[in-house]
Amino acid sequence: MTDLTSLTLAEARDRLRSRAISSAEITRAHLEAMEKGSALNAYVATTPEKAMQMAAASDARIARDEAGPLEGLPIGVKDLYATEGVHTQACSHILDGFKPPYESTVTANLWRDGAVMLGKLNMDEFAMGSSNETSYYGPVASPWLPPNWNADKARAALGDPKKKGLLTPGGSSGGSAAAVAARLCLAATASDTGGSIRQPAAFTGIVGVKPTYGRCSRWGMVAFASSLDQAGPLARTVRDAAILLRSMAGPDAKDSTCSPAPVADYEAAVGRSIKGLTIGIPREYRLDGMNPAIEGLWAKGGDWLRAAGAKVVDVSLPHTRHALPAYYIVAPAEASSNLARYDGVRYGLREASSDIVGLYEKTRAKGFGAEVRRRLMIGAYVLSAGYYDAYYLRAQKIRTLIKRDFEDAFAEGVDAILTPATPSAAFGIGEKASVDPVEMYLNDVFTVTVNMAGLPGLVAPAGLSEDGLPLGLQLIGRAFDEETLFTLGEIIEQSAGRMALPGTWWA
Amino acid sequence: MSVDLNAVRRIAHLARIGVSEEETPHLQGEINAILKFIEALEAVDVEGVEPMTSVIPMKLPMREDVVTDGGIVDKVLANAPLTEDGFFLVPKVIE
Repeated sequence: MTDLTSLTLAEARDRLRSRAISSAEITRAHLEAMEKGSALNAYVATTPEKAMQMAAASDARIARDEAGPLEGLPIGVKDLYATEGVHTQACSHILDGFKPPYESTVTANLWRDGAVMLGKLNMDEFAMGSSNETSYYGPVASPWLPPNWNADKARAALGDPKKKGLLTPGGSSGGSAAAVAARLCLAATASDTGGSIRQPAAFTGIVGVKPTYGRCSRWGMVAFASSLDQAGPLARTVRDAAILLRSMAGPDAKDSTCSPAPVADYEAAVGRSIKGLTIGIPREYRLDGMNPAIEGLWAKGGDWLRAAGAKVVDVSLPHTRHALPAYYIVAPAEASSNLARYDGVRYGLREASSDIVGLYEKTRAKGFGAEVRRRLMIGAYVLSAGYYDAYYLRAQKIRTLIKRDFEDAFAEGVDAILTPATPSAAFGIGEKASVDPVEMYLNDVFTVTVNMAGLPGLVAPAGLSEDGLPLGLQLIGRAFDEETLFTLGEIIEQSAGRMALPGTWWA
Repeated sequence: MSVDLNAVRRIAHLARIGVSEEETPHLQGEINAILKFIEALEAVDVEGVEPMTSVIPMKLPMREDVVTDGGIVDKVLANAPLTEDGFFLVPKVIE
């Protein structure tokens, strides 16, 4: 009997439709895998009873020939999506006990299409982080073994709540990426503000997509930076990501930044020819002292696309190096506004105080972790009187320049841009939790440009580092042209060969 | 650009986050490290450039000005730490 958790989402969908397997079987298989893998700390809340109920309902619909696009497929959900009656805390202490009386639009779309909810996935607190180390629930262990470690050593390290020495799956969607790579769900819905889907995808050898800003509704997502946040899928193959995104995406009257444009059939784009497409290689993404394995993989990616019929040209995106600092003005500024609502009054943690200001200050000091407090203070500072023009307004002008760079490249005939996904392979938990917060920020150097410009980005696994850890490549597309990204992503996946994910060592 | 201890206290108050005297110097160091990082933007020529106001070109959607929601007091209060008679309870606001 095949291990049902090793199927791709597409394979599981097809077997469910042909009644070769039932949703109850595949859901149960995942619930068992989740229990065996609980020490990875990928899930912060599991919903086994709900999952089996949803699976039964899916099996009934399949029997009546009423199967939806995701019917019966077990999916994990990042903790920042409001799931009605279920733990939703964006992995923060300040939202202790919060169970929303409403469902986010993106997850409502999943359930509309028949998916089964396995539980809520670990993440950096309020999506602020690149390693899942800022979570109130502790770090997530990547299913990839650190170089030269054997399974016994890794299992011993799992026993430590700090997971020291094990690898981070990246962040902020660390739990989501680890769960997908470890086969604790078929796929996951995650979110990306500066790279939070794409960097974990690269670190764990899976596929991640951040669609165009406005492609998915943000209603019911715990907001971090409203002009940057976007929902997206994490999955083990390009086809799987395409299937999941199609269900997640779509117009929503409750989100005025959500595009009314209809959603394309992304799965149909997988397998199309790329003859005649032009791929741009931006020279400013070549950093000094770049890791040679990453540089080599980037060149190889260009070769694969050329071999499949695309034209590969050099392009210039001159304002690239300003994107990361500008992001660390814009994102904290927007966060300081979005997180002002966590004041101990209407939901979550409340610290006792004799006066209202004390209530706010004590609750927020106790409820927010160190990284969140840092960013909120930077945000308050750059928006404050006397500094607004020099910082926030200037950063928003630089954003216009960053977007214009991409528009100019696309106007020259480029259909998509190929870049590395991350400056390194996954690092160890605790390795960068250091003195300088900026060191962690540098993880996002290749990904933030895409959020700043509002464009779609796809990361696919493309090879391994010298230490045998996964490396990904990123494709950046025109606004609302996710189809081209899926077409190109499939070429990368076919050329590289399916990434062999680690066997189960944790149970 | 760097901040002194007084600025850190002022910023903490703006953000309504309690910071103890002992924590203030460490926080000052971290904030200054981040401010140093974003200093590089001062050199960029932004003459004549409009700040980005909409990420993707979009017209703000409008709808009829009618009530389409409400009457859900219990849901609104469901997660509150302290309530009474349909209100959120807080410490005295006005002296």
